[in-house]
Amino acid sequence: MADTASVYLVEHVLLVAIPDNITDTEIMSLQEELSTRIVSDGARGVVIDIAALEIVDTFVGRVLAQLSSMARLLAAETFVVGMRPAVAMTLVELGMDLHGSRTALTLSHALRALRSEGLA
Amino acid sequence: MTGAAAAPRRIELKAERDIAAARSAVSRACDELQASALRKVRFVTAVSEIARNALEHGGGGTLEISASRAPRRIAVLCHDNGPGILDIDQAMRDGFTTAGSMGKGLGGARRLVDRFEIRNRPEGGVEVRMSSQV
Repeated sequence: MADTASVYLVEHVLLVAIPDNITDTEIMSLQEELSTRIVSDGARGVVIDIAALEIVDTFVGRVLAQLSSMARLLAAETFVVGMRPAVAMTLVELGMDLHGSRTALTLSHALRALRSEGLA
Repeated sequence: MTGAAAAPRRIELKAERDIAAARSAVSRACDELQASALRKVRFVTAVSEIARNALEHGGGGTLEISASRAPRRIAVLCHDNGPGILDIDQAMRDGFTTAGSMGKGLGGARRLVDRFEIRNRPEGGVEVRMSSQV
């Protein structure tokens, strides 16, 4: 096993940082783990830190969007944080808007937003 | 005198892990050329798309990287071991997919690079050539 992402629960929010070398299979397992943990941990928010990702391609973008939609069905809000500016510009060119997920510059911005909504 | 070209690099695409290897090799090549962050991200993202395509639809393949310094340009040649693509125009269109994905991969890659060529090789498999000034 390589360094797969670990999921932490803090104030009813699941936090996960995606490592740069994550494979398609690993990110799919992460998606599954998060959906299970939202329910088992009673999480109201999910924060996914993608600061380590040098790029986000259509596959990873699709997984992030699906994860957000899934989390919403399970009554949790998803924030994607730490996106690099060049990644944002490239995603727009790819026609991917990560629909369903909210974005924040940093983890603390995301937590502040979740707290203000009473979710954290 | 034009600048000496860096040695081409070759990545065998046999498993998922090799997509990440292809990305990081191209990323390093861009760094050597002192590419801007945006130009690098656009090109590496395009490489990720075509490498995944070669692995998923072509049963694996090879990616070769070449770089030149004057002008600063990065190029890749990717070919796979698959049956080829029946209708290339259709495959390039956003939304076309045979694999349950979003179908933005190849069309997206083309938008992210300066030059994009795709063809079925006479000896079999799909060949993609991409290059960008960085």
